[in-house]
Amino acid sequence: MPEPLLEVKDLRVQFPTEDGVVKAVDGLTFSVRAGETLGIVGESGSGKSVSFLTVMGLITKKSAIVEGEVLFQGQDLVQMDNDELREIRGPKIAMIFQDPMTSLHPFYKVGDQISEMILAHEDISKKEAFDRSVEMLKRVNIPQPEERAKQYPHEFSGGMRQRAMIAMALSLNPDLLIADEPTTALDVTVQAQILALIDQLQSEFNTAVALITHDLGVVAEHCDHIQVMYAGKIVEEGTADDIYYRPMMPYTWGLLRSLPRLGHDTARLTPIAGAPPSLIFLPDGCSFSPRCPYVFDECRAIEPELLPIDGHHAARCHLSLEDRERIMAQEILAPS
Amino acid sequence: MSEVEATRLREHPRSGEPLLRLRGIVKHFPITRGIIFQKKVGAVHAVDGVDLDIYPGETLGLVGETGCGKSTLARVAMRLHDSTDGTIVFEGKDITRMKGENLREVRRDMQMIFQDPYASLNPRKTVGTIVGAPLRLHKTVPKNQVKTEVQNLMELVGLNPEHYNRYPHEFSGGQRQRIGVARALALRPKLIVCDEPVSALDVSIQAQILNLLNDLQDEFNLTYLFIAHDLSVVKHISDRVAVMYLGKIAEAADGSQLYTEPKHPYTGALLSAVPIADPNLAKTKQRIILEGDVPSPINPPSGCRFHPRCYQRKSLDAESQERCRADEPELRPHAPGHVAACHFPLDARIIDALAETEPGSSR
Repeated sequence: MPEPLLEVKDLRVQFPTEDGVVKAVDGLTFSVRAGETLGIVGESGSGKSVSFLTVMGLITKKSAIVEGEVLFQGQDLVQMDNDELREIRGPKIAMIFQDPMTSLHPFYKVGDQISEMILAHEDISKKEAFDRSVEMLKRVNIPQPEERAKQYPHEFSGGMRQRAMIAMALSLNPDLLIADEPTTALDVTVQAQILALIDQLQSEFNTAVALITHDLGVVAEHCDHIQVMYAGKIVEEGTADDIYYRPMMPYTWGLLRSLPRLGHDTARLTPIAGAPPSLIFLPDGCSFSPRCPYVFDECRAIEPELLPIDGHHAARCHLSLEDRERIMAQEILAPS
Repeated sequence: MSEVEATRLREHPRSGEPLLRLRGIVKHFPITRGIIFQKKVGAVHAVDGVDLDIYPGETLGLVGETGCGKSTLARVAMRLHDSTDGTIVFEGKDITRMKGENLREVRRDMQMIFQDPYASLNPRKTVGTIVGAPLRLHKTVPKNQVKTEVQNLMELVGLNPEHYNRYPHEFSGGQRQRIGVARALALRPKLIVCDEPVSALDVSIQAQILNLLNDLQDEFNLTYLFIAHDLSVVKHISDRVAVMYLGKIAEAADGSQLYTEPKHPYTGALLSAVPIADPNLAKTKQRIILEGDVPSPINPPSGCRFHPRCYQRKSLDAESQERCRADEPELRPHAPGHVAACHFPLDARIIDALAETEPGSSR
């Protein structure tokens, strides 16, 4: 097994506020290997974005309480200062964001914005950098890249802006690409284009991708390994097959059942009752226990560990494996 | 209406008089130049000739990508925008140019639920005031009973009536959307236009709101015009689905027919682009990836509006290709209740390829 590219160990990110300390990420441990696609699914406020903003060094000890280790190729990013981080951000780890309109600068030409990124890290002329950005725009299938590079972001459509963002992110050939809800703001046909593009570029550049999304469909198709997050913790992780065909955690069940799907004619969806907990006052025991239909006394008192089930598949739940397998077979995967 | 009758209508939505009838709806937004003397230099063809009937008790799903005109169409139907051309008939009355008190009376029967529960509720008003506003405006209940009525409504949509005096910021996204539903329901309307009501919500909350909308429809025999871009959500809630592309209806069909037998290539592409939450099927699924973006509605393409992106057209001979470019296809029936605007509708071969990807059979 190859060395992991990124290893996050017991990461905790907390934001002190007037009302109390927000525990956005609460003991997160995971790793990403070279060339792999990791999917992170969770609802708003589950900590999926905050954890990767910390990996990128965009949330630092100045703005939050950060504990734990983020080892990238053996170096701890949490302990680095800004100058050291700059050597990592861009050439090694790049990120694309949800909203391509707000992440491109409206006053600068697209080509110049990509060049700026290259110039910041490489000692080449402006002309060469601009040519490289045209080349990158071409690689992300933007038609007429020479003209497009001289245009402003408002002249691009949503899908093209996201392509330009991807071009920028990949221009220094990073080892890890963090894609934070890259297609949430896009239409479904454009989403298919962008995801196909990420897949294609990933195999070309052998980049590892961390795909953060709330869409269970997107991760099912594109990810080797999936983590389900809830209230700042991983509650279940495994391969796509594990998560979709052998889910072992009531929150994952809830997500799968509340999803209307093409081809499944369910008269009624089964939503998860209630709402996600406040990250300031996390419930005692299992953080999902207030919403869990299978809750029992132990769940409210003791926090379950993320225990392995088989292979890479692991889940946090006090229910016995036999019980969970029975519930899963009878209630979750049974055709309705 | 009795329950039996309601069921009958749902099974045969085309029987009886439509609740809302749209004929030849056109909405152009002018583009002007100049500051004092404004000259019209063009128009955004947001909606360009749409005929649509919505029957009592049914849910009509309207899908399409950003900028296809689905929201504008709904706003025109609600008389929030004045149409450039066409007629709007609600319950047999022509409301296209209706004004003043008459219009107000009609609006009592048509209400709207908006996409963003953060932007559609006034942050400075309490829930009681927000939900009670339609009651006070239309004076449908005596002043001293407004509070009781509002609390009933809150209970109905699953909110705690004791939260009457709370402000929107004290509620979560899903709860806020419930407030929006309660407000829309206050006047017991006949038609509710839901403009992307669940797009801004998390999946688990989304299912709660969809179930609520379903329950309310059964209880009050509501008619929904349900606008969304998520095809699986639309399929779940709708009796009939219409697909819009660049200001026109591309295809409309009853029930799941649109999903099993799409006729318009655009519908086929939309369906194939939906991510499937099932890894094995996702691997075998045939994807049609459309090239480019939706053309500008300022200068919509000639002939069939989909022709520059159409993957079907490429396999046609030159003469047929020219027909797509020059000749605008009309909505033609393909099966009872199934219409599509395409000269060369998808054939069985392609439909089979799409049907194989239907996850129903495997798990």
